[in-house]
Amino acid sequence: MAELFGVPLPALLGQLLLGLVNGSFYAMLSLGLAVIFGMLNIINFAHGAFYMMGAMLAWMGMEYLGLNYWAMLLLAPLVVGALGVVIERLLLRWLYQLDHLYGLLLTFGITLVAEGLFRSFYGVSGQPFDVPSQLAGATNLGFMFLPNYRAWVVLASLVVCFGVWALIEKTSLGALLRAGTENPRLVQAFGINVPLMVSLTYAGGVALAAFAGVLAAPIIQVSPLMGSQLIITVFAVVVIGGMGSILGAIVTGLGLGVIEGLTKVFYPEASNTVVFVVMAIVLLVRPAGLFGKER
Amino acid sequence: MKLKQIALATLAACGFAGAAQAQISGDVVKIGFLTDMSSVYADIDGSGGVEAIKMAIADMKGMVAGKKIEFIYADHQNKADVASAKAREWFDTQGVDMLIGGTNSGTALAMATVAAEKHKPFIVIGAGSARLTNEACTPYTVHYAYDTVALARGTVNPMVKAGGKSWYFLTADYAFGASLQADATEVIQKAGGKVLGAVKHPLNANDFSSFLLQAQGSGAQILGLANAGGDTINSIKAANEFGITKSMKLAGLLMFINDVHSVGLKAAEGMYVTDSWYWNQTPEAREWSRRFFDKMKRMPSSLQAADYSAVTHYLQAVDKLKTDEGDKVMAQMKAAPVKDFYSAGSIRKEDGRFVHDMFLMQVKSPKESTEPWDYYKVTARIPGDDAFTKLADSKCPLVKK
Repeated sequence: MAELFGVPLPALLGQLLLGLVNGSFYAMLSLGLAVIFGMLNIINFAHGAFYMMGAMLAWMGMEYLGLNYWAMLLLAPLVVGALGVVIERLLLRWLYQLDHLYGLLLTFGITLVAEGLFRSFYGVSGQPFDVPSQLAGATNLGFMFLPNYRAWVVLASLVVCFGVWALIEKTSLGALLRAGTENPRLVQAFGINVPLMVSLTYAGGVALAAFAGVLAAPIIQVSPLMGSQLIITVFAVVVIGGMGSILGAIVTGLGLGVIEGLTKVFYPEASNTVVFVVMAIVLLVRPAGLFGKER
Repeated sequence: MKLKQIALATLAACGFAGAAQAQISGDVVKIGFLTDMSSVYADIDGSGGVEAIKMAIADMKGMVAGKKIEFIYADHQNKADVASAKAREWFDTQGVDMLIGGTNSGTALAMATVAAEKHKPFIVIGAGSARLTNEACTPYTVHYAYDTVALARGTVNPMVKAGGKSWYFLTADYAFGASLQADATEVIQKAGGKVLGAVKHPLNANDFSSFLLQAQGSGAQILGLANAGGDTINSIKAANEFGITKSMKLAGLLMFINDVHSVGLKAAEGMYVTDSWYWNQTPEAREWSRRFFDKMKRMPSSLQAADYSAVTHYLQAVDKLKTDEGDKVMAQMKAAPVKDFYSAGSIRKEDGRFVHDMFLMQVKSPKESTEPWDYYKVTARIPGDDAFTKLADSKCPLVKK
């Protein structure tokens, strides 16, 4: 059997694919962060909390309202997006002119409140969440057994990520958004409602996090703490990709998932830290991140 | 007026005389409880543990030896330094007479040192490290509910006997995981099985699929999960997803009923779990658990039942002696046998290990489960002497050999 560094090639391929699955989550979450930072200049620390809310809402919808997974995949991001509008209008709005630190502190506070609320109602050990029956089972790819659900995760996240990228980079709405961040007063003078655009951007960013949360629910423990365990890694991904760079966030997210997957084979103990090692190196060599522009 | 004063003085004098006779420090018996109230272990003990202790005190009508019982608790945040500082503060300034240690072995080891220094009884419920009654034993520590040795023996022995000779471990990369794996490995080898390998994963790993593929590649019959809480839950979820449960049997070395609740019966079905107690095991256990359920809206874990049992045992000792003096109460707790809805047995004089039967349970299938929280069938009762470390093998310096 062919081997690479003492690991059979099929096993390595399997691990690469798994890395890509995890990378999909990183990509979706860091994309939302990048969009929000790019447009609002806010470091959205509450991103992990919105991710958690997506998963918890999906569970609640299925448990209390009898809705199915697909309905919640649509509904949970909408609810979280609406909540995002409220938060942006009531709280974040006042911070745009201030230092990044204030936005970070406020969103960190939102995280604590959201986690605390869910924790006091539902405890920490999490809720049962099954893979939807349509995607149960697995496909034999020859080199590995790939659960159908994981394949769906990669597919869904790629479609969503590149959809968002195309929306912002290739459409006239995206052009307005970008112009709005560059010079809001000028764009407003053309009769464009910039504050509304900003609200919707924030809503879209957090809806992406909720979407990722619903996607993750059948795979990992659905608990109030699930977001805070992931968010630090995702921030590292954003820093590596370059703050505010949309394509950077997607590509780095997927790439780091793969690197992490390989670490799990060669030195599993380091798999939680490898992302930060990469971050340190990137910051030394390219302080603005791989895809970022120096300001 | 004068008469009234004299009457009062006489009354007070009687009160003092009574106190002197009863020797209750500060005229109250104060119980302190330090556990994880907010993080990963908060469900298996936490606020449920607080409620269980309150139930124990309420069942004594809030009084012991004619004095009031007071109860305080705090969150140690799974930090050993927070736990030992809080314990010291409670003993020094709050007059705490007995300390109960909740989940997390690191914090329990730290509290044990403080309690021994202050000559106060310390009952460990939630922490699992067998070190507490071995290398780190003290005359004031009682290890009440379970330990890593008992868990390893309980789960491993029957599985090896049933033909599960080859094992592979998925181990959390910190002290607890390593000791759980080491304890289990010893039992496997003694029973004639062998360990084919292990993969160490970081604590709170985000995804287990890649570790599980490595485990599957080993060709072992049994996958031992030497981890806890969310890590165990995520391991089981991924094992099901990747069809690993079809080729390997899973053995959770530390699982509580709350973990099974979170995984869901569909994924956990057929797994073996060792625990000290299950809410549905006897009529008495059921009756107490219903009372608990009415307050908490969930069934108690074994730890919460043990919280109740341990506090009751302590209060009975104080009531019998009419004193809360540490050394005397310790001697009485070790002399009197425990027999209640939680367990039956006695606390070993030498090292403070509460030796009682443990239970091997199998998780029911969704069809077999007839009501919420009806999750286990008890498949074996493991006598306490077989489950826990024997005195002859103890590493406790207090044990004279």
